Amino acid sequence: MRLDPSVYRDLLLSLLPELVLTGWALVLLLFVAWRHKTVRDLRIAGWLTLLALISTAVATWWLWWNRAGVQGVMTMVAADDFRWVADWVFVGAAALTVLISFAYLEREQLLAPEYYVLLIFGTLGMMVMAAGADLMVIFLGLELMSVAVYVLAGFDRRRARSAEAALKYFLLGAFASGFLLYGIALVYGATGTTNLGLVGGQVSIMGKPSVMLLAGLALLIVGFGFKIAAVPFHMWAPDVYDGAPTPVTAFMATGVKAAAFAALFRVMNQAFGAVAAWHDIVWWLAAVTMIGGNLFALGQRSLKRMLAYSSVAHAGYLLVALSAGGAPATSAFLVYVIAYTLMSLGAFAVLAAKGRGGESDVLIDDLAGLAGKRPWLAFALAVCMLSLLGFPGTAGFIGKWYILIAATSAGQNTLAAILVLTSVVSAGYYLPVIMAMYMKPAPEPSETAHVEVGLDRWGRTAVAAVVVGLLLFGVWPNRLLELARSAVESVQPAATTAVTPP
Amino acid sequence: MYAQWVLTALLAWPLIAGVAILLLPGRLAKYVALAASLVEFAISVPLWWAFVPDGGMQFTADHAWIAAWGIHFTVGVDGISLFLVLLTTFLMPLSILGSWSYITKREGGFYALLLVLTTGMIGVFVALDLFLFYVMWEVMLIPMYFIIGVWGGDNRLYAAIKFFIYTFFGSLLMLVAILVLYLHAGRATGIYSFSYTHLLSQVASLGPTAWWLFGAFFLAFAIKVPMFPLHTWLPDAHVEAPTAGSVILAGILLKMGTYGFLRFALPFFPAVALNQTVQLVIVILSLIGIIYGGLVAMVQPDFKKLIAYSSVAHLGFVMLGIWALTLQSVQGALLIMINHGISTGALFFLVGMIYERRHSRLIEAYGGIARVVPLFSGVLTIVSLSSIALPGTNGFVGEFLVLLGSFRTYPVATALATTGVIVAAAYLLTALQRVIYNPLTNPENEKLTDLSARELVVLVPLLVCILWVGIYPKPFLERMEPAARALIEHMRP
Repeated sequence: MRLDPSVYRDLLLSLLPELVLTGWALVLLLFVAWRHKTVRDLRIAGWLTLLALISTAVATWWLWWNRAGVQGVMTMVAADDFRWVADWVFVGAAALTVLISFAYLEREQLLAPEYYVLLIFGTLGMMVMAAGADLMVIFLGLELMSVAVYVLAGFDRRRARSAEAALKYFLLGAFASGFLLYGIALVYGATGTTNLGLVGGQVSIMGKPSVMLLAGLALLIVGFGFKIAAVPFHMWAPDVYDGAPTPVTAFMATGVKAAAFAALFRVMNQAFGAVAAWHDIVWWLAAVTMIGGNLFALGQRSLKRMLAYSSVAHAGYLLVALSAGGAPATSAFLVYVIAYTLMSLGAFAVLAAKGRGGESDVLIDDLAGLAGKRPWLAFALAVCMLSLLGFPGTAGFIGKWYILIAATSAGQNTLAAILVLTSVVSAGYYLPVIMAMYMKPAPEPSETAHVEVGLDRWGRTAVAAVVVGLLLFGVWPNRLLELARSAVESVQPAATTAVTPP
Repeated sequence: MYAQWVLTALLAWPLIAGVAILLLPGRLAKYVALAASLVEFAISVPLWWAFVPDGGMQFTADHAWIAAWGIHFTVGVDGISLFLVLLTTFLMPLSILGSWSYITKREGGFYALLLVLTTGMIGVFVALDLFLFYVMWEVMLIPMYFIIGVWGGDNRLYAAIKFFIYTFFGSLLMLVAILVLYLHAGRATGIYSFSYTHLLSQVASLGPTAWWLFGAFFLAFAIKVPMFPLHTWLPDAHVEAPTAGSVILAGILLKMGTYGFLRFALPFFPAVALNQTVQLVIVILSLIGIIYGGLVAMVQPDFKKLIAYSSVAHLGFVMLGIWALTLQSVQGALLIMINHGISTGALFFLVGMIYERRHSRLIEAYGGIARVVPLFSGVLTIVSLSSIALPGTNGFVGEFLVLLGSFRTYPVATALATTGVIVAAAYLLTALQRVIYNPLTNPENEKLTDLSARELVVLVPLLVCILWVGIYPKPFLERMEPAARALIEHMRP
C-alpha cells in the first residue's frame, strides 16, 4: 500500500496508530476528569489504557500487514517496518508497565488515574519519535514523551526522593533538549532543511562536511546521549531511576531508551550516512558507556540502582550496534531492544513486588532466601538476570550475539572484545542476585525486613509473559530475526547499504 | 535408525527427565533421576559396538536451527569424543547413587540440575556446529554453578562465583573468535555457516588473524583444563562442591578443555599450534602443572584438595601428550582423560563416603582405619594405586603411552615429566598411609561403619574399569587410533 502524503486521507492513514492513541488519550482524560477518587476508578482507567494500547497495536499491525509505505522523500513521517516494530516495542513496554502498575499504585496509595493518561502521552511521544522523518517531528515527539515522563517520575508526590528525581530529570532533560534543538538549528543552517532524507542528500553532495554540520551533529549526539543515558551523559540516570516509582522506572529504562535509540538510528543512518566522523564518536561513546556502566553497577548494593547502572551498560551495547552501522546492525538493534525491554521490565516487575510499601530501597541481600519462599518469582528474576547477562538459552544472548555479528562484520573486533569483556564484568553484579535468592538462607523476620508483597494476578501475567518470551526467543529466535531483518530493509537508504552478511 | 537418533536422544532425554523431576514431589526425585540416568546409559551403550573405528564422524544428525545465521543442530562422534560421551553416561548414574544420602535438602532441584548438566556435557562432546558447541559449553555452566553454590561446603559462594567467572571469561573471548572464523569463512565462500567442517576448510587462509583466534580458544580451553597458572578456580570448586559435583567436575568438565584442544584449537590453527615458541610455552606450562600440581598436593591437609591438585598434574600429562603429537602420545592423552575420570571420580566418591561418616576431610583426622573399615581401605588402596599409575591399572597404560610417545618429540620435557609420576606416588602413598595405616589414635574413628551395599554398587563398576583398562586396553586403543591418526595427519605441516 503506497501512501501519498499530499492526499489528505493517506496522510491520516500513515498516522493511524498515533491518531488512535491520541483519541484514546482524550477519552481517558475526559474519564478521569469526572472519575478520579476511588480505587475502582483507577482500575477502570488502567483497563481503558490497556484497551487503548491494544487497539494501537492492532492499527500498527494493519499498516504493517498492508506493507504501508510513503511515496517520495519530502515527508514528515516515515512509514516503514522499522517504525512498526519500534511501535510494538513501545506499546508492549507500556502494556507491561500498566500490568505491573495496578497493584503498585494501590499499595503505594497513588490513587490518581492521570498516571495512565501520562503513560499514554509518553507512549505517543515515543511513537512520534520513531515515525519522524524530519528533525522537527522527532523533536516534537521527544518533548511530548519527556514532559509526560518528567511528571511520571515525580508522581509519588509525598516522597522527597520522587520529587528530587523529577526535578533532576526535568532540569537535565531540558538541557538535553536545548542541545538537541541547537544541533537541529545548526544542521538546518548547514543544509537548509530538517528533512532527514534531504539532509542525507545534501551531505552526500557536500563532500567534505562543513564545520557547522559537524558541530550540529555533535550537539545532536549529545542531546540523544542524555536521553539514552550514555556515559558521560548518564549522571542523572541512577538518581532518577532510583527515585521514580518502580513501574515508571521500568517504563523509562525500556520505552524511553528504545525511543531515543530508534530516533538516533534513523537520524544517523538516513541523514548522516555519508559523514564518517560520527562513527568514531559513537565508537568511543559505546566503549566508555560499556566500561563505565558495568563498573559503576558493580559497586551497587541496592537492586534498583544496580538495574539503573545496568541499563546504562546496555545502552553501551546498543551503541555498539549503532557504531557498526549497516543493515545487520539495525536489525541487531531491533532484536536487542525487544530482548532488553522484556528482561528489564521483568526485573523491575519483580522489584516492584518486593519493595515495601512506601519505600523502594531493596538491597540485593534482601532477596536472600526468595527461592525458598517464592520459587516462581525467584525463577523469573533468575531468568531475567541470566538474560541481562547474555546467557545462551535466553533472548538476551540472541540479542548480544546479533550485535557481535554486526560489530565483527563491520570490522570492529576491538569493540566486540570490549563488549564481551564488560559482559564478564556484568556477571559480577547479576550473579549475586541469583546467589542471594538461591544460595543464601532467608533472614530472620525483623523490624527492618521487607514485607513480603508478592505479585497480584496481573503482575504475574506480565512476568510470565516476559519469561516465556525470553526463553522462547532464546531457543527459537527465527521469527524474531525474520521480523527484524524485513523491518530494516525499508529504513536503509540504498546508497549506504554495504554488502554485509545476513 | 539407531545411528540417526542416538545422539539427539542422548541430548533430549536428560532434559525431559530433568523437567519431569521438578514437577514431581521431591522424595521421588532420586529414584526418577537414577532411572533416567540408567536409561541414558542404556541408550549410549550400543555406541560401543556400533562405532566403526575407521568411520570418521558417525551417528551424525543435522537439522536447521536458526536459518538466518546458518546455524544448524549438527552432532556426531568420532574416536575422540566417543569415550567422553560414554564416560559421561557411565558416571552419571554412579554420581546420582553416590549422592543418595549426601544430598538432603532440595533434592528435586539437585537431581534436575544433574540431568540438565548431562545434556550440556554430552552436547559439548558431540556438537559439530560451533554455535551449538558454544551454547552447550555455557549451558553446563549454570547447573554446575548451582550445584556448587547451593549444595556445596562452607565457602561455596566464593567457589561458585569464581568457577563461573573464570569459565565465562574464557568462553566469551572464544565466542568472538568463533564469530570471526564464521565471517572469514563466509566472506571466502559466500556460505555463512557455523558448521565445523565448513569452518575447518577455510582456516588455511586466515593469516596473522589466526594468532588472535588461537589465543582466544587457548584461553577458554586452558582455563577449563586447567593449565597452570589458570588453575586457581579448581581447588576451590572441587573442595566446596558436593561429592557428585566434584566427581563430575574432575571426571568430565576438565576433559572439555583438553577435548577443545583436540577438536578445535589444534585442527583450526595448525600453523600457530606447531610454532616453536607456542609449543615451548605450552610444554613448559604442562610440565609446571605436572610437577607443581604434585608438589602442592603433597602438602595439603585436606584430602579433597589433595585430589584436586593431583588433577592439575594429571591434566598436565594430557596436555603434554596432545602437544607431542605422536600416535602413542595422543592415544595416551585420550586414555588418561578416561582414566582420570574413572580414578579421580572414584577417589572423590571415597572421600565423600568417609566424609558422610565423620564430617571431616582432613587427613590428620584419620589414621589406622584399615582395621575398622577394611573394605573401604582396600578400595581406596586400589584406586590410589591406579591414580599413581601402577602397572596393571588403567593409570599406567595412559601415562606410559604419553611418556613413550612424547619422548620422541620432547626428550627433556618427558624426562622431567617422569618425575611427576614419582611425586604422585609420594603424595598419594603418604596420604594413604596416614589415613588407613598408622596407629588408630582417634577414638572417633573406632565406630566407623564399612561400605554399604549401595556404596559398593557405586565403586565396583569403577574398579572393574580400572582393571579392565589396565589389563586389556586394546578395545579402547583400537577405537581411538584412527581418530588420533587423522588428527596427526591433519597437523603435519
